[in-house]
Amino acid sequence: MTNGGFNGEGVYAIYRFEMARALRTLWQSLVTPVITTALYFVVFGAAIGSRMTDMDGISFGAFIVPGLTLLSVFMQSIFNASFGIYFPKFTGTIYELLSAPISSLETVLAYVGAAVTKSMVLALVTLATATLFVDVRVEHPLLMLMFLFLITTAFCLLGFVIGIWAQNFEQLQIIPMLIVTPLTFLGGAFYSISALAEPWRTVTLFNPVVYLISGFRWTFFGVADVPVWASVAVMLAIIAACLTAIIWVFRTGYRLKQ
Amino acid sequence: MTDAILSIRGLRKAYASGTEALKAVDLDIRRGEIFALLGPNGAGKTTLINIVCGIVTPSGGTVLVDGKDHLEDYRHARSRIGLVPQELTTDAFESVLSTVTFSRGLFGKRRDPAKIETLLKRLSLWDKRKAKMMELSGGMKRRVMIAKALSHEPDILFLDEPTAGVDVELRRDMWDIVRKLKSDGTTIILTTHYIEEAEEMADRVGVISRGELIAAEDKHVLMQKLGRKTLKLTLAEPMAEIPGELAEWNLELEDEGHILCYRFDTNAEKTGVPSLLRRVSDLGIGFKDLSTRQSSLEDIFVGLVHEERAK
Repeated sequence: MTNGGFNGEGVYAIYRFEMARALRTLWQSLVTPVITTALYFVVFGAAIGSRMTDMDGISFGAFIVPGLTLLSVFMQSIFNASFGIYFPKFTGTIYELLSAPISSLETVLAYVGAAVTKSMVLALVTLATATLFVDVRVEHPLLMLMFLFLITTAFCLLGFVIGIWAQNFEQLQIIPMLIVTPLTFLGGAFYSISALAEPWRTVTLFNPVVYLISGFRWTFFGVADVPVWASVAVMLAIIAACLTAIIWVFRTGYRLKQ
Repeated sequence: MTDAILSIRGLRKAYASGTEALKAVDLDIRRGEIFALLGPNGAGKTTLINIVCGIVTPSGGTVLVDGKDHLEDYRHARSRIGLVPQELTTDAFESVLSTVTFSRGLFGKRRDPAKIETLLKRLSLWDKRKAKMMELSGGMKRRVMIAKALSHEPDILFLDEPTAGVDVELRRDMWDIVRKLKSDGTTIILTTHYIEEAEEMADRVGVISRGELIAAEDKHVLMQKLGRKTLKLTLAEPMAEIPGELAEWNLELEDEGHILCYRFDTNAEKTGVPSLLRRVSDLGIGFKDLSTRQSSLEDIFVGLVHEERAK
């Protein structure tokens, strides 16, 4: 490595380490979340989906696929990225990272990069599984991948921040369980918010997850609850907020250094 | 000092709790030496090491690694330093080979399986390369941590309590490893509780107490400068009290008057030993045996720390 240059070897070492960890825990990191989501597809898509009315002209079974996939992606992105940085803090092996010639940007790139890779794989496997049970079409495949990439990046960055903030295993679970899950269920994963009566419709618009699900669903079916540009703006805003928090953490050493 | 590979000036650390762990420490480490940092628990040894390695943020002062600031030029500084921390913290599920390879990459060095192989063989770890960290004994884990710290071929190696909780045989083993490293030109800074260890291995010794560096000298100079000798005369007949003629030597009686004890400074121009012996024979005091003992680094250390505490 040349002095002052980019520590590519370091980024690669962490990336490989994180991917190896995922492969070791394949059941937990991939199989279990895919099966859990597939159960929703079976129940709401194949079993009772036919009794539900169509949403925005889309069969109910297909309508819920993007939202449910995102629910799983949100959870796994946060768990993966937070655990990646929390665990070294917990075991003490973080000493090595802190004493290494690696910048904060490189550290984030490596940990979040690995988490994003895992979440993208999870999302694609989940979507592929969905096609076994319900009839899904993707109108804008490239945009779908792009949305997925931005969403996973946003939630992996959020997970990284949570991992640094958390001081015990319970705190790792609080935000995904108590905030992200309710926001997703109430954010239009199972319904179009146009179906809501006022004032709930307006209240729902304050939920950022609405914009993520709406935009992602738009790439599938071409229908959205909110303008697509607003979805993109919310994704970028989440990414920017998390990056700001991370830069601050590394500048001050908050919960990393004494 | 021109040949300092590590130059510490006015280094301070006050923790958020208000504890002043370091109070303006100045220290130069010479290229290629083994420097032992001694001090009681909580004296600031680990804080000092952790600041230099980038794990703890200093409250003030500067650290130059080969002339470059360790914060401004952190890549330069850190790529030249290896750290073996006190605690045996390892990734339980990783194999020896993968964890050492990981460390080399993390420190920005190109993958080099041949170098890793040489390193593992040298630390007698090659046979265990496929073992998971959690399957290893404490001594083996310590070796792996040394291998990790050396994987990027650093010039400076910090060993924080390398032999804490290690049995005698392994400790000797560790000493051999450290000596080998020194012969390769690695500068080694170690902290230890075992003064025997510093006495055995170090070129220079620093004593730290309550966040202050109270001595940093060549080991032999320190032992000579602060060392004292004790002359003991085993008397033929026990003595009830010291005769007035011997008052000027400040003697002490030990073992119920069987042993006459004289403590003297090895540096003094006149130790007073010949004149004492002459006076003793003039007085007709018979003795069966005579012995002298040089105070160890341990005595010096205890003396220094006590002196510091008394202030």
